[in-house]
Amino acid sequence: MSSLFDFEHELQPLERELESLRKRRDANGAEADQEERLKGAIDDRLREVYSRLTPWEKVQVARHRARPYTLDYLQLAFTDFVELHGDRAYADDRAIVGGPAVLDGYAMMVIGHQKGRDTRENVDRNFGMPHPEGYRKAERLMAQAERLKIPVVTFVDTPGANAGLMDEERGQAEAIASSISTMLALRVPTVAVVIGEGGSGGALAIAVADRLLMLEHSTFTVASPEAAAAILWRDSAMAPDAAASMRITAQDLYGMGLIDDIVPEPVGGAHRNVEAVAAEVGRAIRSSLDALDRLSVDDLMRQRYTKYRDIRFYGE
Amino acid sequence: MKEIFKRHPRYGAAPQDFEALPDNLWIRCPRCRELLYSKELEQTQRVCSKCKYHFQLTAQERIDLTVDAGTFELLGPSMHSVDPLHFESRGESYSDKLAQYKDQSEADESFIYGAARIDDQAVVLGATEFKFAGGSMGAVFGERVARAIEEAELRGVGLVIFSSGGGARMQEGTISLLQMAKTVAALDRFKESGLPFISVMADPCLGGMTASYAMLGDVNIGEPGAYIGFAGRRVIEQTMRQKLPQDAATSEFLLQHGMIDMVVPRVELSSVIGRLLRAYVTCNQSSIRRRLVEQPV
Ligand SMILES: [Zn+2]
Repeated sequence: MSSLFDFEHELQPLERELESLRKRRDANGAEADQEERLKGAIDDRLREVYSRLTPWEKVQVARHRARPYTLDYLQLAFTDFVELHGDRAYADDRAIVGGPAVLDGYAMMVIGHQKGRDTRENVDRNFGMPHPEGYRKAERLMAQAERLKIPVVTFVDTPGANAGLMDEERGQAEAIASSISTMLALRVPTVAVVIGEGGSGGALAIAVADRLLMLEHSTFTVASPEAAAAILWRDSAMAPDAAASMRITAQDLYGMGLIDDIVPEPVGGAHRNVEAVAAEVGRAIRSSLDALDRLSVDDLMRQRYTKYRDIRFYGE
Repeated sequence: MKEIFKRHPRYGAAPQDFEALPDNLWIRCPRCRELLYSKELEQTQRVCSKCKYHFQLTAQERIDLTVDAGTFELLGPSMHSVDPLHFESRGESYSDKLAQYKDQSEADESFIYGAARIDDQAVVLGATEFKFAGGSMGAVFGERVARAIEEAELRGVGLVIFSSGGGARMQEGTISLLQMAKTVAALDRFKESGLPFISVMADPCLGGMTASYAMLGDVNIGEPGAYIGFAGRRVIEQTMRQKLPQDAATSEFLLQHGMIDMVVPRVELSSVIGRLLRAYVTCNQSSIRRRLVEQPV
């Protein structure tokens, strides 16, 4: 049985029942019926629980260990992915992956944050927190895509850029600024999908696309709820309050017009049906690119500029 | 090692650490703890005569110290922050907080800009107001930076921005984050105009600014001893689980690591900026430049 969140507790008896039913299952038709019924009941409960998740609960879902990461989408929704490595200056940052891939017969450059699923992999991937060379690799691949005239698709999923002294030495701020600048100026269509945690400037560095999409239970925030709580109230235990106050959910951001679309997740979150969410994400990217493909390069650039230049939310 | 930190506990100090003694006659240097006569501090452009600590400046002080006397003309319509998230913190709304920021800083927001002359060169100049919400980037900040950039292009003059601030305005959430994209979008366009952007960073200069427009200067300048980084000292110490050396992420450190072009003491800033503007704009009127600027390829 999968581990459940606190807010999923009411599902425990149902899941237990399903488990024991499966254990003593024979080919008996009546029991298969019962299993279907039970699964339906679980889905109903999940649908309800997930329709009223609090922002803090969404943060938990967005960080779920079984949630699909960039490489999962590359494997499930794309074909012919070839991973490219290195920033040609200093190192290969494993917290950002990328390379050309094909979606429905269309080539594109795919770049994304990559978290690890266990401790060993997380050491290797630095929990999806890039160093400057990760952003410089991303920038290199973006420039390559522009030269080869293929669209750029990014998957955003990071707690934030790494914040060590080595990052300051190698210019973390400049690397992020430069990546934003390069991505905004690309003369090819761009689509970004926030698939988990969109954490701060480290996320924005590869998120300034023509179409900014978010998965239903993902978040996009100026600072992690823990960091924001520490800044606002000097108490990171107030993270749930910060998550709610800062309006970081896909639904809130869509409501404010800051993102273009929400990609629906399977019942009970992306981690419960990885294939289904990958297919959904693939469809969303395709339809975004189809729409962008109809624009001339000049119109594309004009629209992208306006999209970011004309963000209002001030009084005049 | 520990001794060093005890002796210099306030490197890159926050403004609340400033100790103004009765009648503001004497001010204690936040870095070396020396008592400084405030009249004398004005004469040294608010630089500690003992340790050369460059005190934080208000936007107005910065402008007064930098531009040719009487040449600054404030630009842009009046603008104010709104409370798009209906942000509440312990019963206090963001709107209340904004009123407080205004009172404390006597400024209307954390960034202002205008036209001026520096060393007799026309510029558009912007400056952060550290006293207003720690110079953080909200929607007004981002909009004004973008307008300053556009104004410089419109007037065909160089752009100089002085940045000092803490980064994001938490109460504006993701809107605050997106100001990074807005300022860079504006700067990307400006850079096609063939005009220079001179970015001057003062203590402290962090995340929101450095990871967007501030590090993208054609010339990046740091004031001596200024903390300039992606993350703040405390955050880095938490990440590394160790104390940082005193010079970590200072202007001098960044110069050594190739992230800025120079460290310039406050008293020399105007003349350095003047020289750069002469080279990049005023004396750069060759026919090839004119052709390229007027008819970009
Ligand atoms: Zn001193």
